[in-house]
Amino acid sequence: MALLEIKNIVKQFGDFTAVDNVSLSIETGEFFTLLGPSGCGKTTLLRMLAGFEQPDSGEILLDGKNVANVPPEKRPVHTVFQSYALFPHMTVADNIAFPLKMAKKDPADIQKQVSKLLEDVRLAQFGNRFPHELSGGQRQRVAIARALANRPRLLLLDEPLSALDAKLREQMQIELINLQKEVGITFIYVTHDQGEALALSHRIAVMNKGTVEQLDIPEKIYGFPKNRFVADFIGQCNLLDGTIVEVGSDRMKVEIAGVGIAETLPAEGAKVGAKGTLALRPEKIKISSSLPADVADEVHFRGTVHDCLYLGDVTIYIVELENGLLLEAMLPNSASGQAKFFNDNDAVEIAWRFDAGHFLTE
Amino acid sequence: MFKRNLGKWLITWPPTLYLLIFFAIPALIMVVASFRFPGDYGGLLPLYHIDEATGRAVIEVTRENWRDYFTLENYARLTEDSVYLQLFIKSFYYAGLTTLICLIMAYPLAWLIARSNQKVRDLLVLLVILPFWSNFLVRVYAWMIILGPNSAFTKITNMLLGLLGIAPQSFMFSPFAVVVCLVYVHLPFMVLPLYANLEKHDMSLLDAAQDLGANAWQRFWKVTWPLSLPGVYAGAALVFIPALGIFAVPDLLGGTDGIMIGNLIKQQFLESRDWPFGSVLSIVLTLFALGLAGLAALIGRASSR
Ligand SMILES: Nc1ncnc2c1ncn2[C@@H]1O[C@H](COP(=O)(O)OP(=O)(O)OP(=O)(O)O)[C@@H](O)[C@H]1O
Ligand SMILES: [Mg+2]
Repeated sequence: MALLEIKNIVKQFGDFTAVDNVSLSIETGEFFTLLGPSGCGKTTLLRMLAGFEQPDSGEILLDGKNVANVPPEKRPVHTVFQSYALFPHMTVADNIAFPLKMAKKDPADIQKQVSKLLEDVRLAQFGNRFPHELSGGQRQRVAIARALANRPRLLLLDEPLSALDAKLREQMQIELINLQKEVGITFIYVTHDQGEALALSHRIAVMNKGTVEQLDIPEKIYGFPKNRFVADFIGQCNLLDGTIVEVGSDRMKVEIAGVGIAETLPAEGAKVGAKGTLALRPEKIKISSSLPADVADEVHFRGTVHDCLYLGDVTIYIVELENGLLLEAMLPNSASGQAKFFNDNDAVEIAWRFDAGHFLTE
Repeated sequence: MFKRNLGKWLITWPPTLYLLIFFAIPALIMVVASFRFPGDYGGLLPLYHIDEATGRAVIEVTRENWRDYFTLENYARLTEDSVYLQLFIKSFYYAGLTTLICLIMAYPLAWLIARSNQKVRDLLVLLVILPFWSNFLVRVYAWMIILGPNSAFTKITNMLLGLLGIAPQSFMFSPFAVVVCLVYVHLPFMVLPLYANLEKHDMSLLDAAQDLGANAWQRFWKVTWPLSLPGVYAGAALVFIPALGIFAVPDLLGGTDGIMIGNLIKQQFLESRDWPFGSVLSIVLTLFALGLAGLAALIGRASSR
C-alpha cells in the first residue's frame, strides 16, 4: 500500500481552480518532486497535504486512512516552509526541540535528539545562536532539522533552496539527497527549478495550471516529454511544428513546413495528416561546416549561424534554417581555449538521428 | 568625524535642548527644593534678598547658617506617618490593577484589529483613538454621571443585584469608580502599541508551529505571546506611569477612600503650600517607578534566558 494516496483532489479559490483533479500515489522512502511554473498550484497542494487547506473534493489517504478531519497539528506530516519560518525568539536548539516538546517527549531524550540532529545538519556549534545570527544556508538546515526532529511520515519541502545562491544551492542539493537516504523519510519536494528536480528526485510530477501534465522518473521526463508544455518547461528544447506524411512500422515521416521531411520514431496513434510538434534537445543535434547528406537513419538540413551563446562548458548555436526557422544546437567546448567553432552568418549543416527527436501529436 | 556627524547633530540638538530645559532642569530644581524649607506664604524660603539700596541680590546662605536653609527633614517626614507609605502602596495597586485590566481587555482587541483587512483595520484604529477627540475632563465627568446614583447603569445593576439578593451598591466616590475610569482613560494607550506589534507578526510562524504539533493554546503561549512582549511592555509603561501619578480622576471620582499619591502631591503644592514636601513625594514616586521598571527588566532578562 502506498504511503500517500491523493485521489482526484480539487481546490478552488472563488472561481479560480488552483488544483484541478490531481491524483498521485507516493511510496514510502520516495523523493518525490512537484515541478511547475509559478502559480501552478504546488504550494496549494502541499498545504492540503499538511492540512492547512481542505480540498473541495477528492480525498487524501495517509497510510490508507482519510485525513480530511485531521488538523495540521495532528498529522504526521511536517513542512519546511519557503520562508523557513524559524521562531526568532528561540535559539537554534529550541527551534529544533519545539516539535519534540509539543509531542511531550522526555526532556532528557529531547536534549540527546537535538544534539544528534544538530550534528546531522552540521550545526553542532550553533545550538545557542538565534536564527538572525545565521546565514541563509544555516537557517535552511535548521528548518530541515526542525521538521525532521519528530520523525514525520512525510516531509514537505516548499522551494527550500530558492533563497540561496547557485553555489550553495548545489551543495545543499547534495546534502538533501544524502539526508533523505540517511533518515529514510519520504520527501515531497516542491520546486520550479527543473535542474533541481532532475537532480534530486526519484519521480517528478510536472504541474501546469493546477493539473499534472506528466508523472515519471527524471530520465523519462527529460527524454520523453509527453506534451509540448513539458518539453518546453524541462530543459532547452527545439519545438518544430509539422504534419505527419507517412507512417511506417518503426518510423514515420513528418513534413516540417518550409524546411523539408524529417524521419522520426512513430508517435502513439499517429495518423497521416495529423499535426504536431517535433521535440528535439539541442545536445542531440550535430552541427558542422559540412556533413554528409544521405546517411542512413539521419535527418539532414542546411542553415546559417544566427547567434551563439558561449556558456563556458558548452556553446549554443542558434541556426537559421531555410525558411527562417530557428533551431538550437549545443556543442561541448572540449578543446580547451577554443570558445567557438563557428561565427555568426557561417553556413553550416545540421543533422540528427531519426530517433533523437520525439513527435508530440496534438 | 565631526563633519560626518554634523547632520545627526543638527537634527538631534533641538529635542535634546528642549528636554534639557523643560525636563532635566526642572527635575533638578525639584531635587534641590526637596532639601529646602517652605516659604512663609508658600513657595520656598528664599536663599537671597534684594538689597534695596543697591538693587543687587545678596546671598543669605553662609558656611555657618546653611542648616537654616537646607535640611533632610522633608524626607524624614515620610517615615513619621505610615499613611504616606500606605498611599504609595495603594497608588501602585490601583495603577497596577488598571494596567492588568487594560492588558486583558486590549490584547484581544489589538489582535482582532491586526488580523482584520486593511479597510476595517483603519476604521477600528480610528474608533480606538476617537475618545481623544473629546476633552479629558469631560470624559471623567461622564463617568460621574454613569456611576452616579440616578444613572441607568446604577439602577439596572442594582436591580440585577437585588434579584440575587444583594443590597444596592453605590458606585461613585470609591476605588472602584477610580479604577473603572482609569481603565477607560488609558485603554487606547495599551491597544495601540499592542496593535503595532501584533500587526507585524509573521503568520507563517503560526503555521509552522501548528505544523509541528502545537495546538491553539500552545501557539499563543509559545509564539504569539513571547513575540508580543515588546508591545506589552510599551503598553504597560504607557498605562502604568501616567495612572500612577494621576490626580484628576481620584479627585473627581475617588472620594476619601479612592485618593492616590497624585492627590497628595497636588495638595502639597496647592492647598498646603508645602513645596519641599511635595517635591519629596514626587521624587520618591519617580524612584519607586524607576525601581519597579528596573526590576521588571531584570526579571524579563532572567526569564528569557
Ligand atoms: N488563499 C488564496 N486565495 C486566492 N487565491 C489563491 C490563494 N492561494 C493561492 N491562490 C492562487 O492559486 C494559484 C496557485 O497558487 P500556489 O501558491 O499554489 O502556486 P505555486 O505553484 O506554489 O507558485 P509559486 O511557485 O509562485 O510558489 C495562484 O494563482 C494563486 O494566486
Ligand atoms: Mg509556492
